[in-house]
Amino acid sequence: MLLTITASANEALSDATDLGYLLHKHPGRAQSFGVASGTAHVVYPDAGPARCTAALVLEVDPVALVRGRPGSGRRRSAPGGDGTLAQYVNDRPYAAGSLLAVALGQVFRTALAGRCDLRPDAAAAPLALEVTVPVVPCRGGADLAERLFAPLGWAVEADPLPLDEEFPEWGDSRYVALRLTGTVRLAEALNHLYVLLPVLDDAKHYWVAADEVDKLVRAGAGWLATHPERGLVTRRYLRRRHAFVRTALQQLAIERLADADDTDVDDVDNAVPVEEVTSAEEMTASENVTAGEGATTEDGTAGEAPDTEPGPLPLAKQRIAAVVDALRTAGASSVLDLGCGEGALLAALLADRSFTRVVGADVSYRALQVAARRLRLDRMPERTRDRLELVQTALTYRDARLAGFDAAVLMEVVEHVDPPRLPALEAAVFGAARPRTVVVTTPNVEWNVRYGLGPGNLRHRDHRFEWTREEFRAWADGVAQRHGYAVTVTGIGQDDEELGRPTQLGVFAR
Amino acid sequence: MSEETAEAVGKMLEIPRVALVVLVGASGSGKSTFAARCFAPTQVLSSDHYRGVVADDENDQTASTDAFEALHHVVGIRLRRGLLTVVDATNVQEHARASLVKLAREHDVLPVAVVLDVPAAECVRRNESRPDRDFGAHVVTRHAAALRRSLPRLQREGFRIVHVLRGAGEVAAAHVRFTRMLNDHRELTGPFDVVGDVHGCRGELETLLTTLGYALRRDDEGRAVGATPPAGRTAVFVGDLVDRGPDTPGVLRLVMGMVAAGEALCVPGNHENKLIRALRGRNVKVSHGLAESLEQLGRETPEFRAEAEAFMDGLVSHLVLDEGRLVVSHAGLKEAYHGRASGRVRSFALYGDTTGETDEYGLPVRYPWAQEYRGRAMVLYGHTPTATPEWVNNTLCLDTGCVFGGALTALRYPEREIVSVPAEREWYAPVRPLAADQEALAGGFALPSPASHGQGAGPRHGDGLELTDVLPDGPVRVLETAHHGRVSVRAENAAAALEVMSRFAIDPRPLLYLPPTMAPCATSTLPDVLEHPAEAFAAYADDGVVDVVCEEKHMGSRAVVLLCRTPEVARRRFGLGGVPDDGTDGGTDGALNGAAAGAVWTRTGRAFLDDALTAALVDRLRAAADAAGLWTAAGAGDDAADWVLLDCEVMPWSAKAVELLRRQYAAVGAAGRAALPAARDVLGSVAARGIDVGDLLARTQARRTDVDAFTAAYRRYCWPTDGLSGLRVAPFQVLAAGLADETAAPPARAFHTRDHLWHLGIADALVAADPGLVAPTRRLVVRTDDATSVAAGVAWWEELTGAGGEGMVVKPVANLVRGPKGIVQPGVKVRGREYLRIIYGPEYTEPANLDRLRRRSLGHKRSLALREYALGLEALERTARGEPLWRVHECVFAVLACESEPVDPRL
Repeated sequence: MLLTITASANEALSDATDLGYLLHKHPGRAQSFGVASGTAHVVYPDAGPARCTAALVLEVDPVALVRGRPGSGRRRSAPGGDGTLAQYVNDRPYAAGSLLAVALGQVFRTALAGRCDLRPDAAAAPLALEVTVPVVPCRGGADLAERLFAPLGWAVEADPLPLDEEFPEWGDSRYVALRLTGTVRLAEALNHLYVLLPVLDDAKHYWVAADEVDKLVRAGAGWLATHPERGLVTRRYLRRRHAFVRTALQQLAIERLADADDTDVDDVDNAVPVEEVTSAEEMTASENVTAGEGATTEDGTAGEAPDTEPGPLPLAKQRIAAVVDALRTAGASSVLDLGCGEGALLAALLADRSFTRVVGADVSYRALQVAARRLRLDRMPERTRDRLELVQTALTYRDARLAGFDAAVLMEVVEHVDPPRLPALEAAVFGAARPRTVVVTTPNVEWNVRYGLGPGNLRHRDHRFEWTREEFRAWADGVAQRHGYAVTVTGIGQDDEELGRPTQLGVFAR
Repeated sequence: MSEETAEAVGKMLEIPRVALVVLVGASGSGKSTFAARCFAPTQVLSSDHYRGVVADDENDQTASTDAFEALHHVVGIRLRRGLLTVVDATNVQEHARASLVKLAREHDVLPVAVVLDVPAAECVRRNESRPDRDFGAHVVTRHAAALRRSLPRLQREGFRIVHVLRGAGEVAAAHVRFTRMLNDHRELTGPFDVVGDVHGCRGELETLLTTLGYALRRDDEGRAVGATPPAGRTAVFVGDLVDRGPDTPGVLRLVMGMVAAGEALCVPGNHENKLIRALRGRNVKVSHGLAESLEQLGRETPEFRAEAEAFMDGLVSHLVLDEGRLVVSHAGLKEAYHGRASGRVRSFALYGDTTGETDEYGLPVRYPWAQEYRGRAMVLYGHTPTATPEWVNNTLCLDTGCVFGGALTALRYPEREIVSVPAEREWYAPVRPLAADQEALAGGFALPSPASHGQGAGPRHGDGLELTDVLPDGPVRVLETAHHGRVSVRAENAAAALEVMSRFAIDPRPLLYLPPTMAPCATSTLPDVLEHPAEAFAAYADDGVVDVVCEEKHMGSRAVVLLCRTPEVARRRFGLGGVPDDGTDGGTDGALNGAAAGAVWTRTGRAFLDDALTAALVDRLRAAADAAGLWTAAGAGDDAADWVLLDCEVMPWSAKAVELLRRQYAAVGAAGRAALPAARDVLGSVAARGIDVGDLLARTQARRTDVDAFTAAYRRYCWPTDGLSGLRVAPFQVLAAGLADETAAPPARAFHTRDHLWHLGIADALVAADPGLVAPTRRLVVRTDDATSVAAGVAWWEELTGAGGEGMVVKPVANLVRGPKGIVQPGVKVRGREYLRIIYGPEYTEPANLDRLRRRSLGHKRSLALREYALGLEALERTARGEPLWRVHECVFAVLACESEPVDPRL
């Protein structure tokens, strides 16, 4: 991969080849440096008094990149050594992301600090600079490069690269050819690149050093705190550190199943959104950098964004309240939360001592892990802990462990099941587990128009369907009739004369 | 009797083979000595021993509570496993015995008491000779008194057999003889003809027996009094011979004659049970056709009535036959009760399992035990009238409601062939219509529910799967395979497979198979390549495989295709397309609500295409199958197949993997094609300035070439598709084929012993039928012991891969091959040099990279390939044998779980 910096002579830089002094690299030589990911070369394709160009060429060793280097203390991929195929066919040798930034930091360490004993004035003065990076991974579109660099005084050209000229229908790649021109101090320019190249890249699977927070504070000094996108910059920059890496055996196993089917693991292991764990230390650092500014929301989560409607209580909270209410009315004391996900309902159930036995069940191993963490299972008082159990199950199989409960809850679960598999769920829950009460909630698709969703657009990527009120009613009546339950169908959330309520609620009793 | 005589003769104690034997006797009465002499050491659990286990002191009486808790626990485990167990403790107190009787009942084994009634003085004398027994004589005296009080009560406490040995002499002389359980007829291996509920339908019974090849014997009055079976066969009646029908005495006379002559076995039904009580003058409600029996029997002689009563009274509630492979009872029997004896076992056998509720017709709601049945023994039963017999987890209800105007049905065992004769007329009006069960069947909903299982054991596709069918209850789950022994699945792999299977896979009923992974050939030592066909040929030669077939490896996505001859087959056999809302059968053609008459799925069991495209593809392929004569080719004898399962590759790669291509492969190419020329230009300018950049420029130039080659490599496997247009399907193996009727014998066949040229011949016929959709698989047969042939194989591979092909797969022509070390690899892939850029990265061909990549380890991949292959075959063979869904699904699931094992994904 490649990055070039061109300085043109101006009042602060009478001889452009002084760029060599500022970078501490001689324009008349080709120099090579061993860096973490391979070898970095600094060469000057052009070195005249009017114009001088330094190029950083990074040769990445693709085989070693995958294997990692023992003792380097840097993990660049999921641990375990095998990983997924994606690692082996990799853009890292070509695309200027975090690996280039690390090399930049290593090779131009002194220049980044702005020190130049031989040309102190030039080091302190804004220079007429031009930076080109032929391939920059830019998650969020070419426009993001403009948003990040323009406020720092750069004129930005970011041209998207097509994925493959032979397949124009595939569209543009996530890469841009980046050209920045501006009058900027060299050290600042280098710091901008050092911080913002990885931010544009936003690669999830590459870990850098453990002291990145300090580095960000240092490299961002003087410009990041006032940057309009500082929230995004900080979040993305730090995300690289605690990037979600699947570690549990079960999750690595799922990665391989995704691989076997040529699918992305994030499309398979997606029962709950990826958590971003942030330590207190990082929070503080992040606040220092961003001066208390709230995070921007350029990349909406895969979660139910539309559900965050204005109103006294978010719909998710209203839903939990309605479900708990239905359970109390039914007089249930042992409750199954089927498809418990991250455990939001479990927390509400545990808060009410009348629920003496609470079982959270989910098919996703990761969901159960997240639920355990969110509920702080390890720190839960014994008396509360004794009321709760988390189990992996699948609602398309009968599970004897689920029999004998007063009530079961299917809160926003049925719509995640393929319609042909619903009879299996019905048999497992209403036939085999057969609690006295079953509480079911599911979206009312009619309401989607209020979220601005067009026909055919569902509220969540994993929803296999969403029902109209009539469709839900028909299913609920059928289930009730087939299994000897009586069902009451109502709704949750704001009532609309025409559309009903956003969430449908069915309470089955026998 | 003198003591010597007693010793010489010795009492013979009969004890059933499966029983809980409770020794009762004071301390010092010689229980342990007796037990050691008459039972195996592992059969005897002594309280002294368990005191030692929990307290390190066999005589620590303060540890008794814990010791008995531990002892009872082990007793429970042994009884659950059906092992004869002897409890060596004093057991002179009623409460001590009561807990043991309870344990025996909980495990449905007979409690047996053996009392050692030895005079207290003798016991005291023995204890005194043992230094560890330091308790006083008063303890023994107390024991003896308690024992005396207990003796007359033992039967009432629940001991079914009580043996009393009086005096030390009798104890010393006694012997034990183990007796067979009454229900244990494992030595009878058939073949059998198992007959459903007759209910006095003598005419139909005579017709059925004649149809089955039995020769009726008649008495002087022309009444059937026996039936000589065809060679070696035995009839088995599932009970309910009596009531409702026109000639209960005639049926009894015939069956009694057959049983007496050794021509038949018989278990009692609930109707016999009630009839006996009525005949004995008990106060029973005369309903459900009992009146007819009483009236008909009233016309018989008192001798006949007595004989019939004795016959019915002597019937054993269930029979275990054929080495335990067949169990017959009237109302079915869950596995835990097979070969056991208790009140509840008898009750289950006669009346079935009920939930305690009643349905809208006032009939008891039956618990669908058959759906939860996971036993290996086939269970044949009656009791519940159904319109057609349906296999549910290796159980079959043979009551087809003859007396209600249905049919009288028998099953030929072990052939699994159903033989039915229609009722001559409706002899008795049913309380609820038989058709009600068909409605439940059509509803497609698994049980239990009062509305759908009031009478039926459940619809076929309500063979609901249990979580325990796929998840281990410990660290591993072990599956037995016919071709590769025991295969283990780890818990973490099963957990991952559960998530993928339950969230993304299609219905398990059509999902009969998942393809196994395939190992590459050994790594080549030739320069410039990682894989080379010479390695594959050499490996098969080593395995003793001479004839191999090289098949062109298509670069697309693996797909398993299920085709059904008609939509009706798809619905009936696989539950595809659901059921029309009106609950009718939905006609016979094109009535699957637009769903496909088949299915197409990926390596992990996902639907390959959306519903509409699946239906379109399946229809095209069905038409090709019609034209190619596939149904006949895959049929058995005169029977054309109703469904066929094909192993295929679907192209282009981009059809399924376009997201992966965009995100990964094309992206890498785009980045490389932009970055490397720019770097080359920069370095060119540097060099032009006279600065030595060493090899860097050459390396950059080489990388540029590599990236172009990489781009060219993936581009070959991409082309646009629109609906079916552009899509190619390359079938290369017929996995299985079968009939819609799962009760057929056999219901399906697998084809892994047919040679690959037969399979490719079928593929060719499909190509000829629809060349626009079906792609051919080029092949070349090579003899691994012939250098010229091997060279031709190598040349063919070079030609294929030189033209951009992915490579080839080398397989033994004979298909499944067993060598001295077990099954050989069913195929190995030899991938082309250019194709491997997609796998190992654009620059893998650089010599330094190749050298490092050669150090790849194939062991795990090969082992995985064999295990998955064996599991896949197991799934197909179980399907072919008509085994229950859970038995097939556990194999398919295990393949998926194995796929998640950590193995180098580039192999």
